[in-house]
Amino acid sequence: MSGPADYIFYAAAAMTVGAAILVAILPNILYAAVALLFSFAGVAGLYVLLSADFLAATQILVYVGGIIVLLLFAVFLSNRISDGKATNPTHFRLPAAAICLVLFGVLSYAAVSTPYAVKKGVYLPTTADIGELLMTRYLLPFEVASVLLLAALIGAALLSRPDRAVPGKGDMEGGKG
Amino acid sequence: MTLDKLLIVAAALFCCGLYTVMTRRNAVAVLMGVELILNATNINFVAFSFFLSRVMGGQIFAVFVIVLAAAEAAVALAIFLRMFSTTGTVEVDSADQLKG
Amino acid sequence: MIRYAHIIPFLPLLSFFINIAVGKRLPRKGDWVSLATIATCLAMSIGIFYEVFQAYDPNFKYHVVLPWMSVADRAVFNTGILIDNLTAVMLLVVTGVSTLVHLFSVGYMHGDPRYNRFFAYLSIFSFSMLGLVLAESFFFIYIFWELVGLSSYLLIGFWFEKKSAADACKKAFVVNRVGDFGFLIGILIIYATCGVLGYDDVFKAIGEGKLSGTLLTLAGIGVFAGAVGKSAQFPLHVWLPDAMEGPTPVSALIHAATMVAAGVYLVGRVYPIFTPDAFLVIAYIGLITLFISATIALTQNDIKKVLAYSTISQLGFMIMGLGVGGFTAGLAHLTTHAAFKACLFLGSGSVIHAVHSQDIQEMGALRKKMPITFVTFLIATLAIAGVPLFSGFYSKDMILGAALEFGMRHPRHYVLFFGALFTAGLTAFYMFRVVILTFFGAPKDHHKFDHAHESPPSMWVPLVVLAGLSFSFWYSGWFGTLIQKPKSVANLAGISAPAPIATMEHAAVMTGDVSHGSAPAETKEAQAPSHGTSAPAGTPRAAGPAAHGETPAGAAHGADAAHDAHIAHTAHTYAMYSSVAVGTLGIFLAFVVYSFGWVDPNRVANAVKPLYNFLLNKWYFDELYEKTVIDGSKALSRFLAWFDLTVVDGLVNLVAQIGVFASFLVGKFDDYVVDGAVNGLASATIGGGSILRRLQTGKLYHYVFVLAGGALVIFLIKAF
Repeated sequence: MSGPADYIFYAAAAMTVGAAILVAILPNILYAAVALLFSFAGVAGLYVLLSADFLAATQILVYVGGIIVLLLFAVFLSNRISDGKATNPTHFRLPAAAICLVLFGVLSYAAVSTPYAVKKGVYLPTTADIGELLMTRYLLPFEVASVLLLAALIGAALLSRPDRAVPGKGDMEGGKG
Repeated sequence: MTLDKLLIVAAALFCCGLYTVMTRRNAVAVLMGVELILNATNINFVAFSFFLSRVMGGQIFAVFVIVLAAAEAAVALAIFLRMFSTTGTVEVDSADQLKG
Repeated sequence: MIRYAHIIPFLPLLSFFINIAVGKRLPRKGDWVSLATIATCLAMSIGIFYEVFQAYDPNFKYHVVLPWMSVADRAVFNTGILIDNLTAVMLLVVTGVSTLVHLFSVGYMHGDPRYNRFFAYLSIFSFSMLGLVLAESFFFIYIFWELVGLSSYLLIGFWFEKKSAADACKKAFVVNRVGDFGFLIGILIIYATCGVLGYDDVFKAIGEGKLSGTLLTLAGIGVFAGAVGKSAQFPLHVWLPDAMEGPTPVSALIHAATMVAAGVYLVGRVYPIFTPDAFLVIAYIGLITLFISATIALTQNDIKKVLAYSTISQLGFMIMGLGVGGFTAGLAHLTTHAAFKACLFLGSGSVIHAVHSQDIQEMGALRKKMPITFVTFLIATLAIAGVPLFSGFYSKDMILGAALEFGMRHPRHYVLFFGALFTAGLTAFYMFRVVILTFFGAPKDHHKFDHAHESPPSMWVPLVVLAGLSFSFWYSGWFGTLIQKPKSVANLAGISAPAPIATMEHAAVMTGDVSHGSAPAETKEAQAPSHGTSAPAGTPRAAGPAAHGETPAGAAHGADAAHDAHIAHTAHTYAMYSSVAVGTLGIFLAFVVYSFGWVDPNRVANAVKPLYNFLLNKWYFDELYEKTVIDGSKALSRFLAWFDLTVVDGLVNLVAQIGVFASFLVGKFDDYVVDGAVNGLASATIGGGSILRRLQTGKLYHYVFVLAGGALVIFLIKAF
């Protein structure tokens, strides 16, 4: 796609990546959270460009509206704001940066050099299709996800209780992926 | 806007998220890094869905990822709060009880 | 009677068991049991002798052989009886003297606390001796040989409370054993080469050449060694004087008449196997023995010791006689000596019993108090001195004649004759010394003299019997005919052959029937075919291996045969005259010194003090043996003890030490190496663990880092 779409694309991409870099670098968590917000926004823009309208809306609603707020709450609740903490341990930045850069290089190379069977992109509304698929073909994951949400809800509620020496019996859903 | 450019964007996002996870001391910041990684994944899915075939699977997967990310963030933050209330700090360095 | 000969030894054996077991409880302590059995044996022996005499055959032989045991059918040992003329005579001698000694012991041993045991021992001795005489193989004669030694041990040590008696019986047995060792070696040589042990079988085997040359000489000397031990020849003569510790009847029976004669008998029995070299050894040993012991007898003051040395000397005569080829001579002297020596010993026993002393220097003029003893003792002394008409003259003269004849044939060995002749003179001298000092002159110890009395009949009857047997007419007629030299199977010319003629000639001379040349030969010729039993001693001349080409059945002999006969005749004549002369001289000198007093014996003794001491101390033989053999044995045993303690125990201890050391090493190994390995493994694990645990930092970002790094690596690998 050429023309003005490209410029929008580059702008969105720049916002996303720039904000992401800021998230990684900024010492102050609050600033990092705000940068994260902008990063999410940029991602939503990219979705739009990729004809994923429903997804873009969901992204804004959930991520920006929900998760960022949650993060901010957590930040406030778990830090003495006066000291802008979370300074990075200096001895680890270089190796991590090295790895990340190398990884980025590898992934980019892979992305560029693989001959994908690219078709021309078609812009269509997706909401109806997604809704229909969720009710027919992906019904099970849909239901499971709802159960999962329920579990998360209960778990989070349990964990956030005031201290009564109750060991958290929440469903530890596998942690980080 | 070609596929590879989008993939590069996603890769950059991913690496930033990885850097954040590896480097940050505050647990909430680490969670932010995780969100970045998830977003990078989502971008990949959607990009492939758009360019390679018109199958909706990619977008639906992305929907689910978002759902799970939300649930996970909630639970993780609840844990962090619990951690804060018991140990008084949210730094990842202090959670080394599994040290060998 | 001869068919029952095998019973003879077992009667005394039965008496032994009875007396040993229940003797104490029998009336008179069982002496009549022994006496009855031995008298029965005597009667049977007389019967056997009568039968033998009736046959009057030089080659008479009654031989019964029974297989006894076999070892896997390869080694067969037989038992049996052999009776020829010699055996018959020996049976008479043994049973006769034994019976008389039994009778004498009734009186002599009266009151002894172990009276029944004495008769039991006499019986076992009789059994052993009779078995020895009747044996028909080397195997059995050896068995009885040892049994006789045992009986001698028991009898010599009868009064074992006396240390000297206990020592003496041990000495007798041990010295005998030395000789028996040689005997055993001789038997083993024979058995190894010939494979048989019966006399006849052995003679046949040697004749076939299975054993010859030096080995045969050695076998002969080995067998002779047994005789050296048993008959107290030099150098094993040392036990006989000590054996006088036993009671006098024992001395009479064993050490005068029978046991010591067993050696002479053995030599006679196995005569055919000796080579001329062996004969020379025999003759010279005999000569040395007879000379040494006669010189010792000159100085002794114990009457029994004088008789003991006299016995050794006479045994030397017998052995020497056998050695020079005088088969008949030696055995004749054995027979006559048995009678007169037993008489002398029993007579001395009678004197000792009366005077309670054995020292002739305490006696004197006993002829007035003990007439019977005196007369019988005198008769026996005349016999031993070789006075004509007495039995000793007959046999000793035959020996001297054989020795002279041997010297004439082999002039290098004249010393044998002259030594024997000189010693015959000595014999007469020292025997009459005893007679004069004991029975003549004045009593030296009046107290003892007053006490002296004649012995009871149980003691003087045997004396009379034995003295009566000491006359030559008992023997001269038949002995030479019946007891003839057997043919030698050692198969060498020289000594063996001619002598029988000499013997025959001598017998002819003695009986006044002086016909030489062909006549006796013809008489013999006539006899020979009529007693046609094939035999070793069939026709001595014909059997003689001399290559003189004699004609077996001709009246005319070669010039050599006549020449041999002439030498024999000459020798015997000279021998006879010289022995009579020497004997007379000896008796005369004895009277000169001890009776007439013309020469003072003490001055003579002082004049030659060293010589006198040398003789008085028995040529220091006992001291020599003590220093060499005894001390040598002790030194050897000390060395062996040292060896055992130091070397053997040292080795054992060393092995133990090695074991301890090895276990120490193993312990150390276990401590350091094994435990070290185990501990090291544990340490390594712990070290490894403490290194690896650093991976587990507990810090999340570390994990993520590793995760990312690993994934990157995989990417890179897969990508390129």
